[in-house]
Amino acid sequence: MLEIKNLHVDLEEEDKAILKGVTLSVEAGKVHAIMGPNGSGKSTLSYVLSGRDGYRVTEGSATLDGADLLAMEPEERAAAGLFLAFQYPVEIPGVGNMTFLRTAVNAQRKARGEAEISAADFLKLVREKAKALRIDAEMLKRPVNVGFSGGEKKRNEILQMAMLEPRMCILDETDSGLDVDAMKLVADGVNALRDEGRGFLVITHYQRLLDHIVPDVVHIMADGRIVKSGGPELALEVEKNGYADIVTEMA
Amino acid sequence: MAAPKAKETPAVDTRPLPEGGVWITAARRAAQARLAETGLPQRRDEYWKFTRPDELIDPKPPRAALFRGDVPEVFGTVDRLRLVFVDGVFDREASDDLALEWVRIERLSDVSAQDIHWARDLYGTLEARGQNPVPRPLAALNTAQAREGVLIHVTGRAPRPIHLVYVHESEVSDAMLHHCIRLEEGAELTLFETGPAAARFNKVMEVDLAARATFHHLRIQGPDHERRAITHIFARLAQEAVFKTFTLTVNGVLTRNECVIEMAGDDASAHVAGAAIGGGNFHHDDTVFITHDALRGESRQVFKKVLSNGATGVFQGKILVKPDAQKTDGYQISQSLLLDEDSQFLAKPELEIHADDVACSHGSTSGAIDEDALYYLRSRGIPEPIATDLLVISFLAEAVAEIADERLREEIIGHFEAWLERRHG
Repeated sequence: MLEIKNLHVDLEEEDKAILKGVTLSVEAGKVHAIMGPNGSGKSTLSYVLSGRDGYRVTEGSATLDGADLLAMEPEERAAAGLFLAFQYPVEIPGVGNMTFLRTAVNAQRKARGEAEISAADFLKLVREKAKALRIDAEMLKRPVNVGFSGGEKKRNEILQMAMLEPRMCILDETDSGLDVDAMKLVADGVNALRDEGRGFLVITHYQRLLDHIVPDVVHIMADGRIVKSGGPELALEVEKNGYADIVTEMA
Repeated sequence: MAAPKAKETPAVDTRPLPEGGVWITAARRAAQARLAETGLPQRRDEYWKFTRPDELIDPKPPRAALFRGDVPEVFGTVDRLRLVFVDGVFDREASDDLALEWVRIERLSDVSAQDIHWARDLYGTLEARGQNPVPRPLAALNTAQAREGVLIHVTGRAPRPIHLVYVHESEVSDAMLHHCIRLEEGAELTLFETGPAAARFNKVMEVDLAARATFHHLRIQGPDHERRAITHIFARLAQEAVFKTFTLTVNGVLTRNECVIEMAGDDASAHVAGAAIGGGNFHHDDTVFITHDALRGESRQVFKKVLSNGATGVFQGKILVKPDAQKTDGYQISQSLLLDEDSQFLAKPELEIHADDVACSHGSTSGAIDEDALYYLRSRGIPEPIATDLLVISFLAEAVAEIADERLREEIIGHFEAWLERRHG
């Protein structure tokens, strides 16, 4: 479903290579995890895939269901079924969470040539999804992410994911800043979305999130490349020995 | 290319005064004398440094194309008393009965022939006080020349808001209105003003608040683009009086809104807020002067402007704290969101403080759209123009939040969002 081939990416401002040939394939129904030390390029990969400015692809390709992601605007990638749960969700004062969600859902529907969702259906849907994530009516009414705690922000990301029902979900360090309870809630939200038609790419520094979202495949990223891939046991190895051993062993 | 030669503009107004009774003739003559002393505003005037007065003082108003579009009337869901003016002329047919409990509503043209009227003590009085230390010639011109306006005297809690609806139907109209509003002790009134009014509009509103009176003012200017407007609010607040004004402006090639407030009684509170959005030859000027002359006064100025395609925003805001106005709490913020590099925001915030125990702050910023926020919204599938609109709403929110009444706030936001949506077609 998500096919990344030999992806090379520079940071535009510094003319510095960040990704140096990433090749990765996520099949529908599977959860892939990417682990790696700080600065290995994990987050850059998520930004490049979702279309953030400031990066220059110098080589390689990335497609979603055969469509060239790199040629699309960020909103087109979203409409094509890509979703990135941000490591640092952005605060938008003065714009209600509900307005934001409804605008996003309807914009994607419109882009796909579908009819807009009615106000009543939308309300019903959002309440149902929010309840599972323990997001109350007050939080839905508040401006997007403003005054939210770290855990609330991440839950709000998962709520957006649940509402938009993407084909391919990328979670960028979703566990950062979360305590165990909050992490469990977020993981439950993600697990509820796991199904045969949907792929996940879970980016994380620590193994602990993967106790709750159990991956099918684990990749270790270092210095802009995937240096090792394996089963869930690879995450446990990192937890035990750290990245240094694996990175040295591969170098 | 040579710069176009500056057009000769008149320094004085030579029109004869309108006919009227004793009290108004005296007020008009006094205003005419004030105007003769200062002359009309000129480009070289420091107070008009950022806004060219030419089109406001030209004997003939520039033509203004009419806005053709089906725009639902704002505050349509609010039970209110409507007074309609078409190009500055009262439209009796379209207006409601001028009957409202605790409120006496009259038209200037109806009472100006009388030899005595309560408005005698107000008409031109606050305008005259507002000429110091900075002259406001176009307000004096209005006092001298305006033939129409509304005189509102409130003695209790007005059961409904009064809505002044300004319709623009002539491409060459040159309208002048002068309103006087007096709230007696503890009285309350909410006033709406909406609509483009005329090709050129000069409006003065004098608001005199007795002790513990509360006055809320909500105004929407636009959406006609070619109109020119100079408006003045002169307000005087007695002890514990509350004055709140909010203006939303969309479009307009030349708008200057002046607000001159005198905190005359202790513990008074004045909030002046504005949100403006426009592009191209849009020019919007907010000029505010708040004088604290009593104890524990609280004043806030919150102004936000969204500018694109070469538009210009101006803010001149002053807080003057007199020597005895101890414990004054003055706040002022003016900000612009520049949607491109062609637009400009000119801000002149001023504090002049002669008392030693006060808290006054001011700030002014200009910025572009937050790229991280834009990317976040677009990553959710929201196309760039709509994402930009959401960020515009986000930017203006702090000014809109100054509207105390939640329902009216929602009404204004709804109106604004609908306008944004229509703009995308």
